[in-house]
This record gives sequence, C-alpha cells and structure tokens, in this order.
Amino acid sequence: MMLRLDHVTKVFRIGAFGGRTVTAVKDVSFDVAPGEVVSLIGESGSGKSTLGRLILGLSRATGGTITFDGRPARAGKDYYRDVQGIFQDPFSSFNPVFKADRVFAMIKESYHPGVPEGEWAERVRTALRDVRLNPDQVLGKFPHQLSGGQLQRLLIARALLLEIRLLVADEITSMLDASTRIDVLNLLAELKTRGLGVLYITHDLSLGNYLAERTIVLREGAVVEMGPTGDVFGDPLHPYTRELLSAVPRLHEDWADAEDPGTCLYHERGASGGLLEAAPGHLVACARSKTC
Amino acid sequence: MSLQVSELRVHYRTLRGDVRALDGMSFELGDGEILGLVGESGCGKSTLGKSLIRMDGRMRHVGGRVVLDGRELPIADDRAMNDFRFKEVSLIPQYAMSALNPTRKIRRMVGELLRSRGAALDAAELERRMDQVGLPREVLDRYPIELSGGMKQRMVMVISTLLDPSLLIADEVTSALDVSTQKAVARALLGFRDSGYVKSMIFVTHDIALTHHIADTIMVMYAGRLAEKAPADALVKAPRHPYTRLLVDSLPEVGVRYAERRLEGIAGSPPSLLDPPPGCRFRARCPLAGDECAEEPPVAEVAPGHHVACWKA
Repeated sequence: MMLRLDHVTKVFRIGAFGGRTVTAVKDVSFDVAPGEVVSLIGESGSGKSTLGRLILGLSRATGGTITFDGRPARAGKDYYRDVQGIFQDPFSSFNPVFKADRVFAMIKESYHPGVPEGEWAERVRTALRDVRLNPDQVLGKFPHQLSGGQLQRLLIARALLLEIRLLVADEITSMLDASTRIDVLNLLAELKTRGLGVLYITHDLSLGNYLAERTIVLREGAVVEMGPTGDVFGDPLHPYTRELLSAVPRLHEDWADAEDPGTCLYHERGASGGLLEAAPGHLVACARSKTC
Repeated sequence: MSLQVSELRVHYRTLRGDVRALDGMSFELGDGEILGLVGESGCGKSTLGKSLIRMDGRMRHVGGRVVLDGRELPIADDRAMNDFRFKEVSLIPQYAMSALNPTRKIRRMVGELLRSRGAALDAAELERRMDQVGLPREVLDRYPIELSGGMKQRMVMVISTLLDPSLLIADEVTSALDVSTQKAVARALLGFRDSGYVKSMIFVTHDIALTHHIADTIMVMYAGRLAEKAPADALVKAPRHPYTRLLVDSLPEVGVRYAERRLEGIAGSPPSLLDPPPGCRFRARCPLAGDECAEEPPVAEVAPGHHVACWKA
C-alpha cells in the first residue's frame, strides 16, 4: 500500500483560550494503492478536507499514524515530490503576478535543477498537452487571463511535472461548468491508468461514483461506510448513506424520500469495536448511535 | 403573463469596448411558473437575473423592455426601481452568508429592513413562514454567524419573500450547499410558490438535474442569447438544440462509471462577447454546424411551449 492511514484522529482546540475541543476526524483508517482512485464523500463539516490536509502534512494528526511507502508522512521537499494537493479554488492557488511559465520555472529550480533548459521546456509542453491545454495559449498568460478549467488543469500539469504518485484532489471540480468538469474527471481517470493514486474529496456523490474504485463515506469525522464503489452505491448498508443517495437530484426520477432506516446490521451481526465487514472489503459502522 | 421580457440587451462597459452579456433576450413567464435558467459561466444568466432587479455601475441597458404584471419595470433607472424592489421583484443572492448583517440579531435585522421599506413586522406571519422552511424560532434571537450555511440560506429566503413579491429571482442559491440541504432548500422554494408567497420565480443555476426537479420550464442560454426554452421534461428528455443535447449528455449521474460509459465534455469554449462572431454563436463547437449557421438562427416554436434557436432543430 502506498498511502496508509491508521486510526487517525484530529482534535481542534477552539474558543478564546482553547478551552473547548472539536473532534474533526475520529479514528479513520484506510489506504490508497498506486493507480487507484478513492473518493472521500461527506457533507460540510464531515472532516473530509481536514483529512486531506493531514495527508498533505499541512496539519499534524492528534492521534494515529499516516504513512507513505511505510515512512511517516511529513511535510518536506521529499514528500511533496511524491504527493501533491489541488484545492477547490484555482483562482487563489496561483500568485496573481506570476505568468504561467514562471510557475513551471519554479518547479525546475527547486526540484529538477539539473535538467537543461531546452529539455525542461519540452517537458512542460508535454505535460500541458497531457492535460489537453494548448501550450501556446496558456504559457505567458497571467492567471486572470485563464478560465477556471484551464487553471485547474495547469495545476494538474504542474503536479505531473513533479512526477508525483499521489494526488489529493479536494473539491477540484466544484467551481467548473458541467462540460469542463467532465474533461477534468476524464483526465484524472487517464492518469490513473498510468499509476497515479488519487484521493478524490467531494460532496458530489455522482462525481465520486463516476471515477472511484472505492468510496468512503464520512459523517462527523468518522467513517460510516466504505467499500468498492459499486457496493456502496448499489447496496448501501448504512441508513446515512441511503439518506445521502436519496437526496441526490437525478434527471429522470423524482426525489425519493429517505426510506425507513431499518435495523442496524452492525448489531444484528453482533459486531463490536471498529467497523463491521459485511461483505469482502465492504465495511459499515453502527447505525444505532444516530438513527436506530 | 406575469413577466414579459422582449429583446433585452444589457452590455458591460469595459476599457476595450462593450461586452454584450445579454444580446436580445425575449421570453415570457406565466403566473405560478418556475423558470429554471441554465448555462455555462459567462453565458449571461446571472446578468439576466441582476438586470431585472438592480444593474450595477458597469451594466448598461441598451435596449428592450421588461413588463411585470402589466407595468413596465424601469430597469435602467436605479431610483425608480426602488418602488419595485423587495415588494414586486425580490432576489435571493448566491451567498446568503454575506447578505445578512453580521452585527444584528436576525429579529432586529428583519425589523429594520421592513421599516426601511415602510412595512411593519408581522411576527406571527414571520414565524409561520419559518416553520414552513423548517427553521426553529430561536434563530430570530441569534446572530448570523451562529447559523449554518443552509439555515442562513433559508432565513434569507424567508426574508426576501416577506412582502409577497410577484417575481422572485433565486441566483445559484443551492450551489454551495450539500445534497441534503440542497433538497430542503429546493423544496422550500416550491412551497413558497404553492403557498402563493411569490407568483413566479426564476431559478438560476448550472445544475440541470436539480432544475428539473423544481422548474416547470427550463431555459438554456448560450453566449448572451436564448438557445432553447421548453417544459422541464421535454428539455431534459428530448432536447432539440445541439448545445442542450451535449450539456445533458455531459452530466454524471449516480450509476454512471468511467469504466463503463465515458462521458464527454463539449470541446472548445464560448466566443468572446466583446465582439461576438456573426451567425449562430455555438457554431464553432457544434457537431452539426453547416453553411446556413453563418446566419443568425431565429427563435422558433417547434412544439407548444418549446422554443429553439437553431437551424438544425
């Protein structure tokens, strides 16, 4: 396993003197393999972005361990050569006074100083073509002269130049139009076949479903259900997952009302401690604490 | 007809010339009708919503008329529009979080707002409407910062419809919300129409699936012009304009997987509205485009209530 999270917990101190605490992530364990897209789905405040930040080393976990290739994930040049993050708002991810080519030149300076100028320029153009951007149209432009979809793809190209192995994509398509959104998703799917692992963080269930092999549903910082995407969406075991699915607007059907929560599979099978493995790889949490 | 818009043209002034954000839009909206307005960013959908209530300094009314309930809306005259705003035409902005005064508790803020419009606060009515959208009454004694995003959005909805406006413009009100909150907000909007708080509504969004659930009619805009307008079901199930077809096809639905069915985006990007090319504006991206498309297609009624601006439809 490339990335592994083991019982990760994050507690924030809030209030004037840090007197109160909020547990943003509760005992979360999962892994991401090379060439695998795992989608992390949850509503606002479910802790999905906090998890992304923990993995990227932007904040430190309160408990548990995060390892990459067996080594602890620590912010630093070596780690960022392998792991990069892209966030929701592409407009604030760029320095507004730098043109696009300068962004790429900075990568060369800090990560590939030995590469000759000419070869680097060729690499930049290849990376841009890989993300379906016309190099002549984007190089030499300031961020405000490019559209959201172009900027988001520039960020992916930048990550490709680093030859990263894991991409943490936090809501990267929520600012994009329907057609551009599909282009970015298809691009991720292509990169996946080249061995890139992707953690796709989203609150849009249909987008997560389109791309991911495995899906993790979060609620209030804890994993509610996780497993192969087809199983989680096709045969959701937890009432919360069913409720979420029923709220998704669909083109050819009316909104279904959330069905009766039913019995708690977790208790029926007499499980205790951690998640219940209901089917191979399909894990579900206890439903009783909230709805049973 | 509660709203009639004819040949509306609104331009943005820039140093390089006028951006023709709305370039001759005509449509009608009946009593009790909810119109879903969809399109890509920059197609003019928000400009249309804004121009019906308040033009900002960069916007210029170039031509066309707007008639609401038989009275012409003086959309170019900022001061004359004051008589209509909030009472006849009201808006729910995209970011409810920045629409509420952060220094006032909700109850006091609502009172001040109503007084500024010469109306008194009917506390019972306010509470009844809050019940309807599922907001607890304690909300009135809280500051905006103490409410969640969905609660703020619903509070703003209640406030903006308190004076029973004839036309309500909801601009991307659900874009920042989670699916379950989105559903609650969308249903509350339907409830407002059904209870007669608003006569008609324009629901601006980029989410076709969501629009389909609440709108009676859907209007698709492309590059400042109308592309297609049809009853919601017809537009989604049997779109006639090539742009609408591609747009509907690019929607990922729960159940569609990359491995099984690959969705396609629409290649290319919309033309610059600074100096748009003549003829059909979708021509450069359209798979069906032919020679006749060099001429601007008129808006034709191909079935009752189904309007399309395309030579090939």
